Amino acid sequence: MMQMPEPDASVLSRREAIVAALRQAVPDAVIDDPAETRAYECDALSAYRCPPLAVVLPRSTEEVSRLMAICHRLGVPVVPRGAGTSLAGGSMPTADAVVIGLARMNAVLEISTGDRLIRVEAGRTNLSVSGAVDGHGFFYAPDPSSQLACAIGGNIGMNSGGAHCLKYGVTTNNLLGVTMVLMDGTVVELGGPMGEAAGLDLLGVVCGSEGQLGIVTEAVLRILPKPAGARPVLIAFDSSETAGACVAAIIRAGVLPVAIEFMDRPCIRATEAHAHPGYPDCEALLIVEVEGTPPEIDEALALIRAIALSFAPIEFRESRSEDESRRIWLGRKSAFGAMGQMGDYICLDGTIPVSALPQVLAGIGDLSRDYGLAVANVFHAGDGNMHPLIIYDANAPGDLDRAEAMGADILRLCVKVGGCLTGEHGVGIEKRDLMTAQYAPPDLEAQMRVKDVFDPRWLLNAAKVFPLEVSASRRAARPNLPPDAA
Amino acid sequence: MRPDREAALADLIRAAREPLSITGGGTRLWPGEGQGARLEVSGLSGVRLYEPEALTLVVGAGTPLTTVREVLAAEGQMLGFEPMGQPGSTIGGIAASNASGPRRVQAGAARDAMIGLRFVDGQGEVVANGGRVMKNVTGYDLVKLMAGSRGRLGVLTELSLRTTPIPPVRHTLCLPGLDAAAAIPALTAALSGPFDISGAAWLPGRGALLRLEGLEQSVRLRAAALRDRLAGFSEVTEAEDDPWQLLDPEIRNTSGDLWRIICRPGEAPAILAALPAPISLDWGGALIHVRLPADEVPQLPRFSGHARRISGSATMVLPSPDPVLHRIEAGLRHRFDPRGIFLGID
Repeated sequence: MMQMPEPDASVLSRREAIVAALRQAVPDAVIDDPAETRAYECDALSAYRCPPLAVVLPRSTEEVSRLMAICHRLGVPVVPRGAGTSLAGGSMPTADAVVIGLARMNAVLEISTGDRLIRVEAGRTNLSVSGAVDGHGFFYAPDPSSQLACAIGGNIGMNSGGAHCLKYGVTTNNLLGVTMVLMDGTVVELGGPMGEAAGLDLLGVVCGSEGQLGIVTEAVLRILPKPAGARPVLIAFDSSETAGACVAAIIRAGVLPVAIEFMDRPCIRATEAHAHPGYPDCEALLIVEVEGTPPEIDEALALIRAIALSFAPIEFRESRSEDESRRIWLGRKSAFGAMGQMGDYICLDGTIPVSALPQVLAGIGDLSRDYGLAVANVFHAGDGNMHPLIIYDANAPGDLDRAEAMGADILRLCVKVGGCLTGEHGVGIEKRDLMTAQYAPPDLEAQMRVKDVFDPRWLLNAAKVFPLEVSASRRAARPNLPPDAA
Repeated sequence: MRPDREAALADLIRAAREPLSITGGGTRLWPGEGQGARLEVSGLSGVRLYEPEALTLVVGAGTPLTTVREVLAAEGQMLGFEPMGQPGSTIGGIAASNASGPRRVQAGAARDAMIGLRFVDGQGEVVANGGRVMKNVTGYDLVKLMAGSRGRLGVLTELSLRTTPIPPVRHTLCLPGLDAAAAIPALTAALSGPFDISGAAWLPGRGALLRLEGLEQSVRLRAAALRDRLAGFSEVTEAEDDPWQLLDPEIRNTSGDLWRIICRPGEAPAILAALPAPISLDWGGALIHVRLPADEVPQLPRFSGHARRISGSATMVLPSPDPVLHRIEAGLRHRFDPRGIFLGID
């Protein structure tokens, strides 16, 4: 079980005064009724819950600035929240924190197809950014699987990825600028044309800083011309080693697909039972997608077919219509829903060097036997970002603890083979205490120095990312409040 | 000073009592840089790991760019971005100056291909960040912070980089009839369509340049479609040579001051109207290089980027940086280098 720090008693004791100050600054945006704040007690890591002291839903950067200045002056911790879709507990509150939510800030501020960018308020959902430019023939590339619900502000906080980042990169590669409110209420603009500022790349370190450096209220995003079309193929193998070797051969051949997805047998069977995509029953299944005009796609797929056939697959299924393409993707896209039918699950997010794939899959199989918990693997094979799903029963005493312990072992294995704890979900509270498995003390110290500069009193989302004992002395400095806070 | 190991470098920095000038291969030197006792990093050289099937290369920061290119080319690969180096450039110098060429419009800058690094900070502490996998959000992204930081926060010792297959076919279309201002709408039209452009530039005497790369049939089809799209702008020809080699303006600065301007392409025509003819445009017009008489300060219209004087008596940035950002940058420099061992410009 993850621990959270004891709430600051001084803050709790000043609850009414804090709420009154917030309400005075931004009337009709403050939620403090416990029946209503409960709606904000967790994000998509729903095993962990804690209602905040209050929730505020501002409408503008200026309102965020006023609220932050008040919280800063009163020494109140702040937890930023986009759409609450974090799988890592990135927007989970603490009892002494004010949640500042971006739900009301979802406007499109500017579209420039000539400069190939869109400027939006950070509460706007990922998919609706693409929706806003679709009619112009453009799209926004990062596509996390929660894209219907997740907010751009959260995407920036976690540097979110998606299925297509093999070609298009993740959020940081598609972010040109942000407007951000610092903890003391100061508003700054980071980035610039091409994402480049005159000085240090502060935008680069803010992206992925999990809401610990400031609250992003607006974002300038790179948009790309939509490709003429896309087509997937399905390749089935009787061993995951062969599937892994096939992935490596495709990447080496010089044809870079936009996506290479991998599913193992437990995952294939679950999705088949749930969504009936018509997948072959096999040990490992790849979905490879390429983009372009039909003749370009034909050219790339001919190359991929030749490579795949040299690995003697059980089946090579090429889509010949929109409907066949949809069916090939159907199982992959419904994989998480299918797992939900099997029981409760923990979704991991480690990344490994592609070369370590067979070793890691074997290791996960061993751990699954040792812990007595089923695991299904679905992941972005082209970039080594794995999503093992550990199935458990939330109602069985001790099952969650066992699943978490097994998850930690899998992530340690990812680090051991040269990978990392999290490829696109973020650290949050979920992987916080594993950070020392990947980083030595000076590595974490260097990261915390950055927070020291942006948020000297460690009020912003401070119980995340860094192991509590590592950040303890910095968080303990918080009570050194100015005189007017008492 | 030329340490050949990271630990020796850390010892040197801990023992330093005066400012150091970190030197790779002199990739980019701006006015005010290069002062202090010379600390050469060329000893921290060599390939540590190369996995072509994972598109990953790990090298010592002092490794010459030419070596990196040779190692990758032997496997049919290249760096995941287009480095803008000089003869003698090290990969660390490229990273520390984020020196990125035309392919930035398609594949991103050096910072986008950098997936991990090690550096020694101003107290001699060795720090690792990122790793050797391309999807990694574990903790803060100090890799981006170090990219382009010009040695002000630490000395890079090792870099992990994303590589990419060398495209089998490369094709460049030219619009020789266009001057710089007239090139902007043509470059914009090309970049706004589904042509997957890998370079969009302008050079005096050459006109607008557009590069297409990929599989043979794909390049041929896209080139034909692009020609149709550009028909209304000017005559379109094919390049016989490789004009992209000529694009680095920082090696051809002879007299006067060189200015580097970053703007939105849509703002470029108004900026160009306020300046003499530029030396080059790149990134679809988002990067302008222009030479001005020594110490002349250009009068530019309001725009969303910045202009920097990168040669001459002293560096200068227009418009002046936001004081809050300046305070944050000073705070970072102080925390990574409290003794001020690493000189460098603001």
